[in-house]
Amino acid sequence: MIKTDILIIGAGPTGLFAVFEAGLLKLKCHLIDALPQPGGQCSEIYPKKPIYDIPGFPEVLAGDLVTNLMEQIKPFEPGFTLGERAQTIDKQEDGSFIVTTNKGTKHHAPVVVIAGGLGSFEPRKPPIANIAQFEDKGVAYIIREPEVYRDKKVVIAGGGDSALDWAIYLADIAKEVSLIHRRKDFRGALDSVEKVEELSKIGKINLITDAEVTDLQGENELENVVITHKASASEKEIKETDYFIPLFGLSPKLGPIADWGLEIEKNAIKVDNAYDYQTNIPGVYAIGDVNTYPGKLKLILCGFHEAAIMCQSAYQRIFPDKKYVMKYTTVSGVSGFDGSKKEAKKEVVKSIN
Amino acid sequence: MSDIKITIIDREGEAHVVDAPTDMNMNLMEVVRSFELAPEGTVGICGGMAMCASCQCYILNFEHMLPEQSIEEEDMLDQAFFVQDNSRLSCQIPITEELDGLEVKLAPEAP
Repeated sequence: MIKTDILIIGAGPTGLFAVFEAGLLKLKCHLIDALPQPGGQCSEIYPKKPIYDIPGFPEVLAGDLVTNLMEQIKPFEPGFTLGERAQTIDKQEDGSFIVTTNKGTKHHAPVVVIAGGLGSFEPRKPPIANIAQFEDKGVAYIIREPEVYRDKKVVIAGGGDSALDWAIYLADIAKEVSLIHRRKDFRGALDSVEKVEELSKIGKINLITDAEVTDLQGENELENVVITHKASASEKEIKETDYFIPLFGLSPKLGPIADWGLEIEKNAIKVDNAYDYQTNIPGVYAIGDVNTYPGKLKLILCGFHEAAIMCQSAYQRIFPDKKYVMKYTTVSGVSGFDGSKKEAKKEVVKSIN
Repeated sequence: MSDIKITIIDREGEAHVVDAPTDMNMNLMEVVRSFELAPEGTVGICGGMAMCASCQCYILNFEHMLPEQSIEEEDMLDQAFFVQDNSRLSCQIPITEELDGLEVKLAPEAP
């Protein structure tokens, strides 16, 4: 069991900055994120995009902002559970919480902060009416164990790197690999596209373009995919297969958090912005893009502000009998849990006073 | 610079003729959001960076000079669903006077 003062779900910019604000109050943080690295969208989706509205940075690349935030919070030694998604929350008798991930990792904390941004990134599922009934019965959105597909018939759908790479990989393992894409052009790396064309020519990959999988058939398990060709939409091709793997990238979803009993409005978690960004569950806060309140602005800088306010409230919740007076880092400096200390030279402090 | 008229057919099939400002550096996705023509959280999820396709629309009349598709937009539409030959990401269409009279239909919300 991982124990901490504040458990933060989501390691995007807001979650990371919350570690700093908590650290100033001597509170330890641990972060959970479904992605394998910290930074949220900034790292996963647009690391090379410049951001222009971070105070003090006329321009900063999203990836560099994350690097700087990680440097800033280093003295506060946060813990990370990465590549796992927060699945369940259980309130304990003493008012604390146990949060368990999809891989079973348990975390115990008196305060839980949801800084999940737009949610966890989940595979984009194609709009095939009966796809859900074949999930784990022939339909997979992620390839975890390639050996599962040895000597099987596999249909992959998609036109990006992921679809190309797996089609190439499985061509050596599977009995039959079909790659279906709605266009003739593929958007992946050139050498991957060329490799797929080569494998197609020698019959190792059955390349079907200008077509989409529009229906699935089978009794208990998947047996066939139904393919609709652009040229003759009325004529359907039925293809026998053991597996159908649609690879269309990731899209953000609120995920299991939506079932935690939190008050949700417009796909975001309602909080009390007049006070401390607490949700309807006392001890559970929501900050950053994942929350909503009158006048909400989904900006990184607003997430930073919310993190600071939230930490003051969290401190009072954890230490109800202690009185904490907000201090400026220019005056009190920054004392890390690792023994590091940053502070202004005394004569400077004196001259300010 | 004045407002222009754009017809936007929402996901329920209802047509809305809106006055879109040309002097606010808006794109078509932001117009859809500001006139609340789709529920919050269903259009422009990525903020307008051609990274989610939630703002996909179909261009219904082609006499207008639309900007060419960027590689990012092509990439995203390549992964999106319900894509047609006239699909565009509305976040990649800046509102300019040349678009006066444009007619678009919002693509269905992806699952």
